[in-house]
Amino acid sequence: MKAVITVIGKDQVGIIATVSTKCAEYGANITEITQSVLDQYFAMIMIADIDGLKADFAAFSDALSDLGKNTGLEIRCMHEDIFDAMHKI
Amino acid sequence: MINTQDILETINMIREENLDVRTVTMGISLYDCVSDDVDKLCANIYDKLMTKAKDLVPTANEIEKLYGIPIVNKRVSVTPISYIGGKAGPDDYIKIAKTLDRAASDLGINFIGGYSALVQKGMTRGADALIESIPDALAETGMVCSSVNVGSTRAGINMDAVARMGRTVKAAAAKTADRDAIGCAKLVVFANAVDDNPFMAGAFHGTGEGDCVINVGVSGPGVVEKAIRRAGDCDFSALADVIKKTAFKITRVGQLVAYEASKRLDVPYGIVDLSLAPTPAIGDSVACILESMGLEVCGGPGTTAALAMLNDAVKKGGVMASSHVGGLSGAFIPVSEDAGMIAAAESGVLTLEKLEAMTAVCSVGLDMICIPGDTSAETISGIIADEIAIGMVNNKTTAVRVIPAPGKGVGEKVEFGGLLGYAPVMRVNPVSCEKFIARGGRIPAPIHSLKN
Repeated sequence: MKAVITVIGKDQVGIIATVSTKCAEYGANITEITQSVLDQYFAMIMIADIDGLKADFAAFSDALSDLGKNTGLEIRCMHEDIFDAMHKI
Repeated sequence: MINTQDILETINMIREENLDVRTVTMGISLYDCVSDDVDKLCANIYDKLMTKAKDLVPTANEIEKLYGIPIVNKRVSVTPISYIGGKAGPDDYIKIAKTLDRAASDLGINFIGGYSALVQKGMTRGADALIESIPDALAETGMVCSSVNVGSTRAGINMDAVARMGRTVKAAAAKTADRDAIGCAKLVVFANAVDDNPFMAGAFHGTGEGDCVINVGVSGPGVVEKAIRRAGDCDFSALADVIKKTAFKITRVGQLVAYEASKRLDVPYGIVDLSLAPTPAIGDSVACILESMGLEVCGGPGTTAALAMLNDAVKKGGVMASSHVGGLSGAFIPVSEDAGMIAAAESGVLTLEKLEAMTAVCSVGLDMICIPGDTSAETISGIIADEIAIGMVNNKTTAVRVIPAPGKGVGEKVEFGGLLGYAPVMRVNPVSCEKFIARGGRIPAPIHSLKN
């Protein structure tokens, strides 16, 4: 199972380090990172393997969301299925 | 491999365009609660609701987290209460309504629907008592929603029931006059009511349904509007394609949520309702979709055609995205729950008569419309009869949810708050239909009901 973590906000030093530290803490293994632009904002997309997640998905998602709030970023963590459902027939 | 642009498109729909799942509604049969003792009946109902739906809210919250998609409402619909009341009188029915309300509160859900009767052909003792109790039941409860089906394509229109519902709407307004007639916002009069509608106030768990089922209602007017605006000045064929593709994506989210909720709750999945349901929030409006197609203001010439195309394209896109489509499945045009409709009504462009025409090509009917408080019961019955006739003849669901705002006249504002929104009081044609309504009896079913 994979989670899609999106980080939206102003680009700043250490974003990848901050988010990946949190992922490591929860046992999520980042397999891919890309960067893009969404509505003039910096958007980083991380794909993480969550088979070895140490907490439940909601707790992991909340932890990332809280991390975002503390760093002025918008961090979302969503199960990959929603993207597959919407964009693949 | 998930494409970056696809990820960003989904994120943008949720962040900027108000994409959400409007409701996860659990339908629960109450047939096995029946008892000749009303207190025992209420106890059975409470126990069954608390058992079947105890995990509904926490599970929906988990799914919300898992997919990062807001699930706005968690609701329960039950067997039409008039079927299970037995010999209960109006006071007993109010006890049942209060039981439903207590269960809804304890479950943490937003609304419970099914305080309902189906009287399209005639009225049973139970239906009579339930309808009698509606004004008090809605005044004394917070989350109970009521509906009465007064006509169908197969049965015609029960005009006695239509006359009765005009008086019931007035009584519901009077009983909740101190709260801007909120009782009327929880009362729908239907033609061709459906068994698996997940949306309030008209949801009930129909007679052919199983013991328990999960139905999901999607949303996303903002997503459709933005997609149309991005498409620019294309022709109608291209426009229909844009809407279909967008509806497909929206519906797939509903299907995913329905499937996951069904699995986690171990309850069969019933249907996904493809309705585009607006909210009073800016950017979540069906009226604004119509305006994005090129209308200056919703309600002007072209509105009915625009709505017809939107409604059809949404269904065509949605139907392939879901294994079972049902419920109402059409664009909703409630006035108070749609910022664009509110603005159009306030400007005077959108009138009651235009709304009636619009209901011929979409779901569900004259919805959340505030009318002057001094509108007579007979005039309300006339409005209901017209709307039910559209449903009967066109073989579709139609409904009336009007609010005769006590003490208020045309142009004054009625505020319900939350998803129910606010609305200006709209003009009603003042000429009388009193003699027409007083005739009573049934309008026969149309010739095309004879399909066998």
